[in-house]
Amino acid sequence: MSALSNDNFSRRSLFRAAAGMAAAGTLAACGSNNGRGGSGGSGTQLVQYFHAYGEAGTEQAIKRYAAAYKKAGVSTNWITGNNFEAKLFSALLTKQAPDVFEFHPQLQMVKSGQVADLSDLIDPVKDDFNPNDIKSHTVDGKIYGIRMIDDPQFFYYRKSMLEKAKVDVPTTLDELLDAAAKLTTDKVKGVFLGNDFTAIQNNLIFSAGAETLDANNKIGYHTDGVVEGLKKLRTLFTSGHVLLDAPTDFWDPSALNQGLCAIQWGGMWSMPAMQKALGDDLGIFPFPKIGSSGKLSVYNGGWSIFVNAKSKNVDAAKEYVKWLWIDQKKYQEDWALSYGFHIPPRTSIANSATKLKSGLPAEAVKLFTDYGHFDNIGFDQVMITAFNDVIASSVRKNGNPEAALDACDKKVNVELKKLFG
Amino acid sequence: MSTTTTRGVAQPAPAKASQARPRRGLRGNPTLNFWLFTGPFLIGLVIFVFVPIVWSIWLSFFDARYTVTPSNFIGLDNYKQILTNSNFPDSLLTFSVFAAFIVPTTWALSLGLALLVNQLRFMRAFFRSVFFLPTAVSYVAAALIWKMSIFSGVRFGLMNTVLGWFGVDNIAYLADPTPPWYWLVIVTLRLWIQSGFYMILFLAALQNIPAELYEAAAIDGAKKGWQTFRYITLPQLRATSTAVILLLLIAAYQAFDEFFNIIGTKATWAQTPLMELYKAALGTNQDYGAGSAGAVILSLLICLVTLVQGKFMGFGRGDESK
Repeated sequence: MSALSNDNFSRRSLFRAAAGMAAAGTLAACGSNNGRGGSGGSGTQLVQYFHAYGEAGTEQAIKRYAAAYKKAGVSTNWITGNNFEAKLFSALLTKQAPDVFEFHPQLQMVKSGQVADLSDLIDPVKDDFNPNDIKSHTVDGKIYGIRMIDDPQFFYYRKSMLEKAKVDVPTTLDELLDAAAKLTTDKVKGVFLGNDFTAIQNNLIFSAGAETLDANNKIGYHTDGVVEGLKKLRTLFTSGHVLLDAPTDFWDPSALNQGLCAIQWGGMWSMPAMQKALGDDLGIFPFPKIGSSGKLSVYNGGWSIFVNAKSKNVDAAKEYVKWLWIDQKKYQEDWALSYGFHIPPRTSIANSATKLKSGLPAEAVKLFTDYGHFDNIGFDQVMITAFNDVIASSVRKNGNPEAALDACDKKVNVELKKLFG
Repeated sequence: MSTTTTRGVAQPAPAKASQARPRRGLRGNPTLNFWLFTGPFLIGLVIFVFVPIVWSIWLSFFDARYTVTPSNFIGLDNYKQILTNSNFPDSLLTFSVFAAFIVPTTWALSLGLALLVNQLRFMRAFFRSVFFLPTAVSYVAAALIWKMSIFSGVRFGLMNTVLGWFGVDNIAYLADPTPPWYWLVIVTLRLWIQSGFYMILFLAALQNIPAELYEAAAIDGAKKGWQTFRYITLPQLRATSTAVILLLLIAAYQAFDEFFNIIGTKATWAQTPLMELYKAALGTNQDYGAGSAGAVILSLLICLVTLVQGKFMGFGRGDESK
């Protein structure tokens, strides 16, 4: 009897193995669709990775630019979903790695030799770039990425709702809490800070008068002001005046457009869609001050283009990047202004951009210039993730902010030691 | 997995029959035939399962950041790192709580469904299909439905709409971890997707229980209902139950999809072991050494639990133990 059941068992194992193989086969089939099928060009095939931009027409635009390049075939992997980093990082380890990809400037990619030195491409036009964008991509005098777009992030608000509730535009975090309370009705929540509150984590640091890392690349975020900010955000989180679990997150204009909230944190890219939906009933303001040494702040995010240093076609990839992101100003302008709004990092394009000269876009440019904080290349993904945990455990959970920051310090210090010794 | 052994008795030894009349074309070398049929699968198994396992063990002793071909041997540092300066130990605790709840609940629910469907005289096939269908739904798709439609925190989310009729305020099921409503979301989703599949296993086993046993019990005076269930059905389902619990435990250990999509990685609660490893190795840190160290620890734990469970519940011991 037992022999028979053993037979059954091993036969089943084989079936399971067969199923496993079938699954593996499917996976392999997915893997072979690596986008290298593009035609055109003189033999060299390049692959570029982009995260999926939300605005209509962006994917077509990137593919159109690539198709216009004649010296090599360029195919685009347009990566949807919320784990672009994971897909990019794991792809970079394989033979199917992209030759060109967009990301944010992060020191660990330079230190580990993942991104190529692009100084020779940028140097001739260096003066035409926003100096902050050059600085945030420079390590030991070499420039490792070309900024494509700058994306300031700030609050959007419905002017009519603030007028109706007799609320002034908040300039301190306390005023924001008050405003949220007054603006909340049974249909509308006062404020939306994104579903997990991590979208504003940089501003929490900047507005409290602190920095992510100080000039000596030591922890700069662990200050009394940041602790105070965390406590106030906790109050806001539990107040019932903040929109939670919305169907879309902060990067999407829907929460404000659909009247779910009166004030929403967002990026400049959402401006055209919001203006279309709300017309003139739209204003913007920077993240308010936190505590006595606080400052108004705007976070200048954005995307940059990098060349994979381990690619077989580094030179071809650099040539393509130079062609598109240095030489083709028309495309650069189209990319920055025709879909969502972004600030062109190149002064010559920004100066001629009529769309940014008046009205709300001009106000946004002013916020970007006056209150903007750029990425610190040393504050890398590990540290960002560690600070995500601070927000989770001391704003969304009722944890002690000091303890959360201590736990974060521990992880950040390990990383700082790896990066700077 | 020995659910079919009873049927084996009823239809004796098909294997012997085929030995007596060997089919043409397969008469040649049995060793060759063995490799012909198993070879492709074994190759796949080696390439896609065993090589990665060995590679992962090897990586766990190296400083493997941003690379899977490291050269800097660091001994047990990765293990130290993942066990002391990370959220991995917490996630093991989270998982244990989750498994302690979800395994018995799913077991009971699927057995209950199987018993109900088995009692039906009409439309049995229909209900069998209805309960089994959710198994075909992807965790990701279901997670999005649960998150954005049913348990959305806004006033027009399905649950909030229903609660609104009774004057209950909107609840942010996922953003706010106190009280931990997110477990409701996760558990209902998992039950919905999983119980149908295990119901089918139980149903097959129920139909394999010889009717004579019930007849004999009835003659001996056993009452229908609880008494027959307790002393006949349940013991007869032992092999299936063991297999189901084992599969459920492994599934709980491997929980990822719905947690990743519903809770996300930007939280400190409800992070399963695999999510922590994903964060360490892939998502952000690119630390394949520490990630592999965690994977090795997790694999050892799964082996240990499986062995202990086998010891207790007699998995694979076959019919002698019945």
